[in-house]
Amino acid sequence: MEKHWKSVISRSVCDYFFDQQRRVGNGCPEDVPPVIPTPHHYLISVYRCSMFFVAVCMTEVPPLFVIEFLHRVVDTFEDYFNECTESIIKENYVVFVSSTLPSGQLSNVPWRRTGVKYTNNEAYFDVVEEVDAIIDRSGSTVFAEIQGYIDCCIKLSGMPDLTLSFVNPRLFDDVSFHPCARFKRWESERILSFIPPDGSFRLMSYHIGSQSVVAIPIYVRHNISFGGSGGGRIDITVGPKQTVGRTVESVVLEIPMPKVVLSVGATGTQGRVSFDPTTKVLLWDVGRIDPTRLPSLKGNIFLQPGSPAVESNPAINVQFTINQLAVSGLKVNRLDMYGEKYKPFKGVKYITKAGRFQIRM
Amino acid sequence: MSNNGSYSNDRPPSAGETELATDPASGVLFLSDYKKHEDLQQMLDSNKDSLKLEAMKRIIGMIAKGKNASDLFPPVVKNVVSKNIEVKKLVYVYLVRYAEEQQDLALLSISTFQRALKASEFFIPVLLVDPNQLIRASALRVLSSIRVPMIVPIVMLAIKDSASDMSPYVRKTAAHAIPKLYSLDPEQKDELIVVIEKLLSDKTTLVVGSAVMAFEEVCPERIDLIHKNYRKLCNLLVDVDEWGQVIIISMLTRYARTQFADPNADDDGEDSTNKPFYEDEDDIDGEHDPSKEEKIKKTYSLDPDHRLLLRNTKPLLQSRNASVVMSVAQLYHHLAPRSEVHVVAKALIRLLRSHREVQSVVLNCIASVSTKRKGMFEPFLKSFFVRTSDPTHIKLLKLEILTNLATETSISVILREFQTYISSNDKEFVAAAIQAIGRCASSIKEVTDTCLSGLVSLLSNRDHDVVAESVVVIKKLLQTQPSEHREIIIHMAKLVDFINVPQARASILWLLGEYSDRVPKIAPDVLRKMAKSFINEEDIVKLQILNLAVKLYLTNPKQTNLLCQYVFNLAKYDHNYDIRDRARFLKQFIFSENSKLSKHAKKIFLATKPAPVLESRFKGKKRWVPYHTILTPGRLAIMTCLLSLKFLLILL
Repeated sequence: MEKHWKSVISRSVCDYFFDQQRRVGNGCPEDVPPVIPTPHHYLISVYRCSMFFVAVCMTEVPPLFVIEFLHRVVDTFEDYFNECTESIIKENYVVFVSSTLPSGQLSNVPWRRTGVKYTNNEAYFDVVEEVDAIIDRSGSTVFAEIQGYIDCCIKLSGMPDLTLSFVNPRLFDDVSFHPCARFKRWESERILSFIPPDGSFRLMSYHIGSQSVVAIPIYVRHNISFGGSGGGRIDITVGPKQTVGRTVESVVLEIPMPKVVLSVGATGTQGRVSFDPTTKVLLWDVGRIDPTRLPSLKGNIFLQPGSPAVESNPAINVQFTINQLAVSGLKVNRLDMYGEKYKPFKGVKYITKAGRFQIRM
Repeated sequence: MSNNGSYSNDRPPSAGETELATDPASGVLFLSDYKKHEDLQQMLDSNKDSLKLEAMKRIIGMIAKGKNASDLFPPVVKNVVSKNIEVKKLVYVYLVRYAEEQQDLALLSISTFQRALKASEFFIPVLLVDPNQLIRASALRVLSSIRVPMIVPIVMLAIKDSASDMSPYVRKTAAHAIPKLYSLDPEQKDELIVVIEKLLSDKTTLVVGSAVMAFEEVCPERIDLIHKNYRKLCNLLVDVDEWGQVIIISMLTRYARTQFADPNADDDGEDSTNKPFYEDEDDIDGEHDPSKEEKIKKTYSLDPDHRLLLRNTKPLLQSRNASVVMSVAQLYHHLAPRSEVHVVAKALIRLLRSHREVQSVVLNCIASVSTKRKGMFEPFLKSFFVRTSDPTHIKLLKLEILTNLATETSISVILREFQTYISSNDKEFVAAAIQAIGRCASSIKEVTDTCLSGLVSLLSNRDHDVVAESVVVIKKLLQTQPSEHREIIIHMAKLVDFINVPQARASILWLLGEYSDRVPKIAPDVLRKMAKSFINEEDIVKLQILNLAVKLYLTNPKQTNLLCQYVFNLAKYDHNYDIRDRARFLKQFIFSENSKLSKHAKKIFLATKPAPVLESRFKGKKRWVPYHTILTPGRLAIMTCLLSLKFLLILL
């Protein structure tokens, strides 16, 4: 599917892209370089929702400009249609392409349309923190950071003017805001003052870096051996750490095995275990961790006969969710509304999740 | 989905598709599948807006499903004058959709149905009369999308009028139309510049971003147009939309580079974060050092307009748009006093957590910057640690950065990381990690020995590629080491029996030739083994065997004379021309009666060679230095020969 802006460019330019795709093979679409120079153009692409969106540029442009634009296009799609799949794009091509005449662009507050009305006025704030970490094989933390964001769902009538403040804003190492945020107020008082867009949007993102001590909420005891031609064994136990009494849920362990592994026969005391023989990934969908009965997995690893010995152990990619917890300790102080007379319902929720969380074995 | 605008006279009709045949002479359209869209036609021709709207909705739906609706162009276009906004909107969608591809169709329909009217009369009433600014803007957008040279004067007129429109939105659309017209007809440049100048003076944020974009596309060389708008642009920047911000910042970067003095002109080029902590502040004990004060004065005496730009762009580092952040980082890199550039580091690190493509571009940027400005990113060292789940090109970029940032304090942490990387499954990454260890070893003296022994232990690795890469890196390191390392050379000599990778074998042979004085007994024995396997070796190995033979002959003729003759005889009849030629050339130095050559042979072949420089491939990217400036044995041999040729020419 294609859309042209200035002049029509032949589809054959995509051949360069397909070449690169073929070069990295089917297994790793993420390895396709995002910027591909060709004799007369630059091909800049993003990979979202299992599809490549490729922009063909005839002149030199800042690549991030195009990349951000493409991502924003996909985001808009997801906002409109709740998901972004091949069939939805094909069906709604024209709606998508014919931008609804943007009446918002004419006011000082272009991100909020006028005349918004709700019977129930509500404002919800989700403080979501993702923990990025690398844990070495002995269990100590090589590196840990928090990537947080505050997603809002604002269903307020009229033109409300909100202020949000935190108990401990000094936690933030670095922040970025939605354009609606008044930056000067943040700089001077660390108060977030804004007229919100209507509906769901990301208000801010923040980064708590590796210089701060980040609590790691989960640990994994592991034992893996690939043996000789006889095969190997795998033994894993998962448990919670330092979670202030909250349950660790939706735990998933994913282990990409070396290519020479033929199959893995393993069972867990809870959850589902599966091994994909094509991608060589061992997946253990653990579920919720009960601290009194820690989940564990034991099994055998079968190698291809005659294969050379395995030099290195794989790493475990961990996912988890902990509700009602912001692992950094961040706390919202208050949320006030100005400019409207009604009393809205306000809610704040905290969630901690695994981001890029890896345990070396 | 649709045909590409050519006449479809000679195309056979495909089943179910509407065929379009045209006869330009008569200017008449006829449809072969007329009945199919007859109902839609009737709805469009009716008086009722509801019917028209219904028809348009169905037509747009057809387009979405990939069906060809171009035959409905005439009845649809007639409705462009409808008073109903919803109908007009959809007509415009249709027009934009087909105007670009069906240019001839568009023109035909204009001439057919507006026979008496000139095209200008067709469009301009719509543009000027409509009270709704959104419709005026849309009409202009449609007009500028029709890429037909014939209507250029009309579009120009429309742009000029719209640039003076009351509505900022219409003026913005005029700005957007300018590059489109320029690309269609570059001759219009001078007239367009007049419009651009007007739009640049616009006071609204909505317009300036687009005006600057038009400026950049049409007349970026006209810096003079910016002067009077400079301060306004700096002050409006924070309120412009994200895309406008990127364009304005990059334009102002270029502007400032040409208009302001370089704040780093008096700097000695050293990274200021490497300097002692208190150097740039007032002396602690109150002593007044006039030279220091002058230096401080020089560093901070920025033109107020220069300072304005730096100050006003800094908050944009907190933008959610990666492109905005990057453009500010570039601005600081090019314009800010050296001591102030580091403020952008935090923001760039934050971007690493964004989409993978953003991460890739940002890492590329950091890899370049970190060759010059180490201190800036050193606090964030751990953010560059590699995960096994990273795509290969990201792994390589992170490795590059870690190597650039290594200092005496951080090297042990970094080396520990590198050790885990060696055991990765990703071959390309492992090879790069080994090279990175080599680079660290050569740049940080404290750890050279540790690295070297680490690399030597890799020689016993089961993976041949790991061994091969280690051999090559060790060879480079040994050349930079003044100390002995005899054991390593012996160890490597023994490996010749086990290593198959040609590059590695060649490296070992070269080392033995170079340092044969340290292993006087082993080197000839290796030559003996190589003589036995000569005919089965790869070409680069054969060349090194010849090198080794020559060097051993010069230092130890008694033991190696016969071996050398044997090897040279084999080479004389080799398949490869290069090897035959080399053998012929080298023989003159050792076996010939030409005393002049033999006298100087030792000087030529046994001279100390300059050590290779192991450096980042991102260093000095402006002046492109190829990655392998490192002299490989082959190259070294060629260099030697060339040197000696030059020498010969002088002699003879």
